Amino acid sequence: MTNEEIKAKIIGQIYEIAPEHEGEKIPEDENIQRSLEIDSFDFLNLLTALNDELGVEVPEADYSEVDTLEHMTDYFAKHMS
Amino acid sequence: MNIFKMPSLGADMEEGTLMEWKVKEGDSVKKGEVIAEVESNKGVIEVEIFEDGVVDKLLVEPGTTCAVGTPIASIRKENETSEPQKKEQPVSTEKTVEKKAAKTNKKIEKETKQPLPAEKETKTVSDPAPEVSESPGSHKIKISPAARKKAQELGVDLDALAAKTKGKIGTAEVEAASADKVKKRGGSDSMRKAISAAMSRSNAEIPHYYLSTSINMTPALDWLAEQNEKRSIKERILPAALTIRAVVKALQAVPELNGFWQEDGLQTSEAINPGVAIARREGGLLTPALLNAQEMNLDETMKAFHDLITRTRSGKLRSSEISEQTIVITNLGDLGVERVYGVIYPPQVALVGLGRIMDAPWVIGDALAVRKVMQATLAGDHRATDGRTGALFLDKLNQILQKPEEL
Repeated sequence: MTNEEIKAKIIGQIYEIAPEHEGEKIPEDENIQRSLEIDSFDFLNLLTALNDELGVEVPEADYSEVDTLEHMTDYFAKHMS
Repeated sequence: MNIFKMPSLGADMEEGTLMEWKVKEGDSVKKGEVIAEVESNKGVIEVEIFEDGVVDKLLVEPGTTCAVGTPIASIRKENETSEPQKKEQPVSTEKTVEKKAAKTNKKIEKETKQPLPAEKETKTVSDPAPEVSESPGSHKIKISPAARKKAQELGVDLDALAAKTKGKIGTAEVEAASADKVKKRGGSDSMRKAISAAMSRSNAEIPHYYLSTSINMTPALDWLAEQNEKRSIKERILPAALTIRAVVKALQAVPELNGFWQEDGLQTSEAINPGVAIARREGGLLTPALLNAQEMNLDETMKAFHDLITRTRSGKLRSSEISEQTIVITNLGDLGVERVYGVIYPPQVALVGLGRIMDAPWVIGDALAVRKVMQATLAGDHRATDGRTGALFLDKLNQILQKPEEL
């Protein structure tokens, strides 16, 4: 899967969790939780859904590596290969 | 024979719309079973029945809006036979009439506030009498049936609009008011109104006292991280669930904060049903209860919390969850807030506020270290308890969070 495809999957799940942002451009380098008002509960839901879709489980210790859309894409790309 | 009435889903609810019956006449029902869905200012709520029995008659059609306390169904005992002649019959006929009468049924129940029986309004419309001079504070609403229908469709508050337009309302005014309404944010208008009513009452009636303490969360978070490492992502426990569990345990030690102020006295509750403040994505905030949280361990608390948030955001809460809170926990830590000064939801007597968990200097022995620190605050009702009780609670909460393995 290319980085672009991974990113599209992530964005798709973000729209699921925060439907009021559906269709909006998700900023690449801003903290996802803060810029989209996603609380820790919904953030966990996001990671759970991505685990189902991409087969990568993000441990809590790595949360700092998935804080922005760009970082999250890189993280999944790295761990899927 | 018992009459099931439109329930009050919170002290601020005046009316509800019956959306759907989940039972048919003749069905057996068990206590706690969902029998109907009602739309209130808190969204669609699944209404539960309080007793076992058999549904005798459904008195209200889906789509009907009725005031709290209106009989909506009759329930007979398992061995009781159906009575063909019932005294609530007139009520249901009246309901049909009300529905016909330009859907003004809500007004009838509010006569004390707004002296406007339906007949009078109809008369005013057809009667080209000159403006009636009105007593201060009350407005006579002059409105065409078409405008009234429009107002109902668009959810425009006629009383408020009448105050602005000096009582004369046409379809144009209604449409303008509706457009204004759409611009407002922060949840539905009625939800905003409900919160405003409850909070105004709280600030007017409850002499609040506030206490705050810093809690070292490092032991609890380290322990939690260790637990979560062993778990799959679906079974992870959020710090929020851990703090709820700790609050519940602390309340078991200091039960005076868990209950109600009623009839000039404190009534503590055996069940601990913490209302958890949950924001909805479309705006607005609800505080549905984790019912009987005292019976849950940490895993069960997380599961129930997960379920509660999911249903709050999808709009499927139960009537008991929305009306039986014994205390509220507000956690604004996700937003970076350090300290929460809460406003108590009457008739409750306390609110626990939890702030952001952040790195802060912490004294250990004679050394300075950096620890994860959370500010826990308590808003207490001074009629019910004194600061000492609140202090005992916060101290207990702190102690509990230092021994997370006992949660």
